Amino acid sequence: MITIDAKKNLHTATGDLEAHYELSVSNGEFITLFGTSGAGKTTLLRLIAGLEKPDSGIIEVNGDVWFDSARRINLPPQQRSVGFVFQDYALFPSMSVRENLLFAAENEEQRRNVDELIELVELSALSDRHPDTLSGGQKQRVALARALVRRPKILLLDEPLSALDPSMRQKLQDELALIHSKLGVTTLLVSHDITETVKLSDRLASVASGQIEKICSPMEFFSPHALSGKLQLVGEVLKIEKDDPVFIITLLVGSSLVRTVASADEASLLSVGAHAIISTKAFNPILIPVTKRTTSLLI
Amino acid sequence: MESEFLSTMALTFKLAAITTAILLFIAIPLASFLVFSKMRFKSIIETIVSMPLVLPPSVLGFYLLLAFSPASAIGNFLTEHGIHLAFSFEGLVIGSVLFSLPFMVHPIQSALAQVPHSIFEASYTLGKSKFETMVRVILPMIRSGLISGITLAFAHTVGEFGVILMIGGNIPDETRVASIAIYDEVESLNYAMAHQYALTLFVVTFSILLLVYTLNKKSLGGIQ
Repeated sequence: MITIDAKKNLHTATGDLEAHYELSVSNGEFITLFGTSGAGKTTLLRLIAGLEKPDSGIIEVNGDVWFDSARRINLPPQQRSVGFVFQDYALFPSMSVRENLLFAAENEEQRRNVDELIELVELSALSDRHPDTLSGGQKQRVALARALVRRPKILLLDEPLSALDPSMRQKLQDELALIHSKLGVTTLLVSHDITETVKLSDRLASVASGQIEKICSPMEFFSPHALSGKLQLVGEVLKIEKDDPVFIITLLVGSSLVRTVASADEASLLSVGAHAIISTKAFNPILIPVTKRTTSLLI
Repeated sequence: MESEFLSTMALTFKLAAITTAILLFIAIPLASFLVFSKMRFKSIIETIVSMPLVLPPSVLGFYLLLAFSPASAIGNFLTEHGIHLAFSFEGLVIGSVLFSLPFMVHPIQSALAQVPHSIFEASYTLGKSKFETMVRVILPMIRSGLISGITLAFAHTVGEFGVILMIGGNIPDETRVASIAIYDEVESLNYAMAHQYALTLFVVTFSILLLVYTLNKKSLGGIQ
């Protein structure tokens, strides 16, 4: 059980911000911190890791106090059991993949587990390579494996997939889910990707202006309205075209484009870049089975 | 004559080697301070470190001479404890360290400034102390900056003249280094000997620099 109640004055690009984070996380839980950039998601991770100090408050992990302003306790990052995956991966360039992991190991047992971890992230063939010869996805895996070497109590992931192309991102999401289910490590992920959030997290904490506004299941967050429709898709609005008397809306759902019609009233609520839900409410959706032919059409 | 030449050259490289070793020891913490400290008086320290780049060596030598003289408070204190720095090898080492300081600090400083902050933080979150992070992660990363600093400081000390003339004089086997010897030989119109010193310095420093730049280019793709 991780309890955080911390305040910090943030100097952001848009002025000062009095951040106040209140969050409790159960052991083994996967929570995504979701919100726009500049909302203070990364700061929360940094406060937990001890890379930044809250102005006041308390951070407690399984009964151990990591920070308590009232009792003047502030453990340095070295004494906090965290695994941190940085946005730029922060791999040590002078060490090979295996050396990067061995550097993190604190005892013989962890040293022995290094090869197992390398295998888990499918990098056995590359274990003697140096980071500058790896692709973005491979680097990300090394960073993840390195963060897991010490068996941390919390795994903190700061937008680890944001720099990757969509197909690599999808693959790594699957791997991340697999690793989480295998190791059961409590995980906080910073993300602003809906697919990622829905796919990976048990709960979503929406962060805005340094506050956690809402904590709920990802599905509940993205489809808050009680719809009676049986089918609904969440997508990003790419284009709004006026085609009298209706509007034609183009949405990106997953990796496919969907065009749909909307009334002028509906269209006025939408803006390009925003997310929207398409659902069938008034009539039944048409279902066709996926055959070889339709698959080839889809591809 | 030949043995005097050899002992002068040996003294020259001994001075350069000792100076470089001391500088390396001082420059790493000093450069880290200059890169990472947020203290207000940082620019003053930065200025002092860079002063030898623009100051005539005779100015530094003059003040060091005053400081080393038994008439000054520092000199008096040192003399009482049996330490004589003026016109001694130890005094030369102190003068050289001060005078070559920017040549060691600047390359290390600029290399350190290029290390992303997350590298330090990643090492801290992996449980490693600041010292261990420096030794095992950062120093190997800034290897080319270290090599540049060592080379420049060494070569600069070998070629130093003004400070040494002011505080060291020309005592064989104590303060008579090659650059002083050249001046001395020319003064006594002994051009052949002066040429022997000059050419040796030229060839040796050229070879050191060439070797280091070639090695650095091979392993790191250019000096930082």
